Amino acid sequence: MIEILSRTLLSSVQDLGRDGYLRIGVGTSGAMDRVALAAGNILLGNPENSASIEIQMFPFEVRFLEDIAFALTGADAAAELDGKPIPAWWTLQARKGAVLKLNPTKRGARCYLALAGGIDVPVVLGSRSTQFRGSFGGHCGRNLQRGDVLGSIRSGERGEFFDYLPAAGFGVEPPEFALPLGDTEAVAQGTRTFVRVLPAGEYDCYTEAALESFWNKDWMITTQSDRYGYRLEGEALATRQTLEQRSHGIVPGVIQVPPSGQPIIQLRDAQPSGGYPKIGTVVEADIWRLAQAKLCTQLRFVPTTYDEALSALDTVRDYLEKVRRLARLYRLAKR
Amino acid sequence: MAVFAPFGRARPARATLMKATHSMTTTLQSGQSPRISLLGTTALLFEPPGEMDIHTQRRVWWLSRQVETWPCTKEAVPGMSNLMLVFSDPPRNVDAVKADLLAIWNRAEELHFEGRIVELPVIYGGEYGPHIADVIAHTGLTLEEIVKIHTEPLYSVFALGSHPGYCYLGGMDPRIATPRRKVPVRGLPGGAVSIGGAQTGVSASEGPSGWNTIGHTDMVFFDPLRTPPALLAPGDMIRFRAERIIK
Repeated sequence: MIEILSRTLLSSVQDLGRDGYLRIGVGTSGAMDRVALAAGNILLGNPENSASIEIQMFPFEVRFLEDIAFALTGADAAAELDGKPIPAWWTLQARKGAVLKLNPTKRGARCYLALAGGIDVPVVLGSRSTQFRGSFGGHCGRNLQRGDVLGSIRSGERGEFFDYLPAAGFGVEPPEFALPLGDTEAVAQGTRTFVRVLPAGEYDCYTEAALESFWNKDWMITTQSDRYGYRLEGEALATRQTLEQRSHGIVPGVIQVPPSGQPIIQLRDAQPSGGYPKIGTVVEADIWRLAQAKLCTQLRFVPTTYDEALSALDTVRDYLEKVRRLARLYRLAKR
Repeated sequence: MAVFAPFGRARPARATLMKATHSMTTTLQSGQSPRISLLGTTALLFEPPGEMDIHTQRRVWWLSRQVETWPCTKEAVPGMSNLMLVFSDPPRNVDAVKADLLAIWNRAEELHFEGRIVELPVIYGGEYGPHIADVIAHTGLTLEEIVKIHTEPLYSVFALGSHPGYCYLGGMDPRIATPRRKVPVRGLPGGAVSIGGAQTGVSASEGPSGWNTIGHTDMVFFDPLRTPPALLAPGDMIRFRAERIIK
């Protein structure tokens, strides 16, 4: 069990999301960075879809109320366990009473705290993710607050993996280094993020100037960006004629352009339907990159093809397979 | 179970001659054949030509029933005279899926649901209908006329979307059509009855909306712990009943 000590807002329980209820208006929710969530669970020997805490605002503090192994993935939050630094993308065992502190991030925007066994909250409509619009799922259908106590599914017993963990813990190479894309220096500094985009339904309706700006100009992630979507700022995108769309299904990653011409990328809490014209879609393989892009940094769209986007998914899958092999190695080494 | 849908796809053996023929968007057509476009590698959107009416919608429902059993389908999601197919695994050959969709649409029938009729008691106007003045101003009708026109038809639930339990309705009288608001209202309460363009609807939970709110109902449209969670389903019918009109 852990207790939330922070007053900071915007942390919630998430898993890989809620599938199969779009047709009754329920969006997917789930971790903004699914790669980080899955990797944290793999490091602990949890099922990949186990629920973890997504932390979006720092500093953030929790106290461990029992001996339990945990993993930190996602943003590098210069974490400290009772004042001792912990590397990013690391798993470690905590003793009862220890305090974990996450500091303002050096790199990345969202951190994932996984517990051995996974966070124990009820499964609602097939998922433990928080559904904010419907106020259900996660911990009481809301963001975490100071004083909240969360258990893990293995709470009260030492998780199998706990005993295998070396005293100093172990970690993996973060995907921003393992799966580079675009200008590596800008990415390393966190000033610019590159994501691959497939053209969507109304792509052909934009003017040549608009398409030129779309692909070749920076797009700033404004402060009006959250788990629902990123509102971008750049050269307004104009269509050749006025478009009228009937309400239709949309998915995370879809880039809508409202009449202002400033695009909005729909993300994990996006509603499952919309009516604005769509210029493109950030491919699923790169949504984790978006999730780790900080507010007020720049975004660049990189044109891709469907086949390339499938290969990119394979690359992510291969990365997670490497994490899986590494975790297995540690488990065997201790046996 | 190792469920990790987007990345967990089993990798098929790569064909030595991989054809790079996927056109990423289907060119805008003159309204004769359906438009099919990709939503990344996550889904595709099928938009048939024709009016946004109950006949097109019944064919969309029929198509949805067919498509939901395909191996590549995670979920088939009807919209307003269109259908989104969410992939379980992104298909290697997406052109084949597009071709299958076109072929099957050509023999689509109208699927009739045995829908229920649900009556919604509504308080119109006053604090419950903060934008009714805008509807009056736009239509030139009186409050009583608007309520009479709004309560007359039997509305069909075409699809659910937007937020949990929200229904897209067909059948509003165009005389009370009113453009969406320039600035969306934040924190509109659940149960708000509103008009947006040529459509009407009832919000199922608190959230932002660009539509004009004319009334309120106490009906609960969604409960995640109920089976089924949504009160209404496509094919159901709604009738609004004026419980009270506040001037």
